[in-house]
Amino acid sequence: MRYLTDRKRATGTGSAKSGTAHFWAMKVSSVALLILIPLFVFTFGTIVGEDYATVTAYFSHPFPALIAALTLIVGFEHFQSGAQVLIEDYVHGLAQKITIILIKCISYGLMAMGLFAIAKLAL
Amino acid sequence: MVQFALPKNSRVKRGKTWPKPEGATNLRKFDIYRWTPDDGENPRVDTYFVDMGTCGPMVLDALIKIKNEIDPTLTFRRSCREGICGSCAMNIDGINTLACIYGMDEIKGDVKIYPLPHMPVVKDLIPDLTHFYAQHASIMPWLETKTNRPAKEWKQSIEDRKKLDGLYECVMCASCSTSCPSYWWNGDRYLGPAALLHAYRWIIDSRDEATGERLDELEDPFKLYRCHTIMNCAKTCPKGLNPAKAIAEIKKMMVERTI
Repeated sequence: MRYLTDRKRATGTGSAKSGTAHFWAMKVSSVALLILIPLFVFTFGTIVGEDYATVTAYFSHPFPALIAALTLIVGFEHFQSGAQVLIEDYVHGLAQKITIILIKCISYGLMAMGLFAIAKLAL
Repeated sequence: MVQFALPKNSRVKRGKTWPKPEGATNLRKFDIYRWTPDDGENPRVDTYFVDMGTCGPMVLDALIKIKNEIDPTLTFRRSCREGICGSCAMNIDGINTLACIYGMDEIKGDVKIYPLPHMPVVKDLIPDLTHFYAQHASIMPWLETKTNRPAKEWKQSIEDRKKLDGLYECVMCASCSTSCPSYWWNGDRYLGPAALLHAYRWIIDSRDEATGERLDELEDPFKLYRCHTIMNCAKTCPKGLNPAKAIAEIKKMMVERTI
């Protein structure tokens, strides 16, 4: 029980003066993925099912390796930003902070693993 | 974590079926949510039968007839009966709307009436809109100026006045905000479509001199950016307004002043 006025409850702690950068970053990564995803599907799709030697030879070319790396970086960056918004919507309190940290760790972990795999194939 | 199920004491039970009026040939069935804080009981849905031969065409006409002729304890807000005051907003046939301008010919089968969703209920069809009104007040819904007041009036061109069309008509009935899932889960912090539509109405008013301060106050992950363009607000607005577009315009202004 707290004796707060209606206005005090509505105003809360005021504006965080942030959010636009996050919103704009999501838009930018969306546009980037619009270009990257089709490129990734066409470059990656051509070598699905090929043997190891063919795949390593293919990824030693800069274009498919860079497209795959960029798709991983932008894709996981977009995912962790979007997942953060989703968690903020539905999970509250301490669980919210923990879930956001977890999802960011998983996103950057998967991104690093993917980049390492591409580097290993390409170099 | 948000609650996806109603707490035990809020689960709606089947209520009383009131007797059919005698001699009526054209009957219509109404299932209406009832709850009073006085008896400690769960909410219930009472069933009423209304003689459509002696009833007006709108849902509010039927509610008033039920209150006058069948059950005087049925409680709801109403005032202007022409879509101007916004008092009689409720959930009719699954849609948040104004009972006074929603025709019963638009509803197929039985008429189901509930209070606006996800708000505390004061009694029967009356939601507690205290926080909703406080949020509206927090966006400073008035003309803010710093220049000395002109001798006659603050002038506005016809083109600038036209920008307020589709915004000034909002009657603050809360149909939009209570239809928004983001407002359901985060209504304590998210301002909701109605307050944000009003905020935009003052942001783009050519006479207002607090545009920057207004945008500053809205720049917040919860106050503004909880809108995920679900569009329930635009779909449900009984006045045909588009709060989602107003919110998108605010976001565009936020980006434009940043990059």
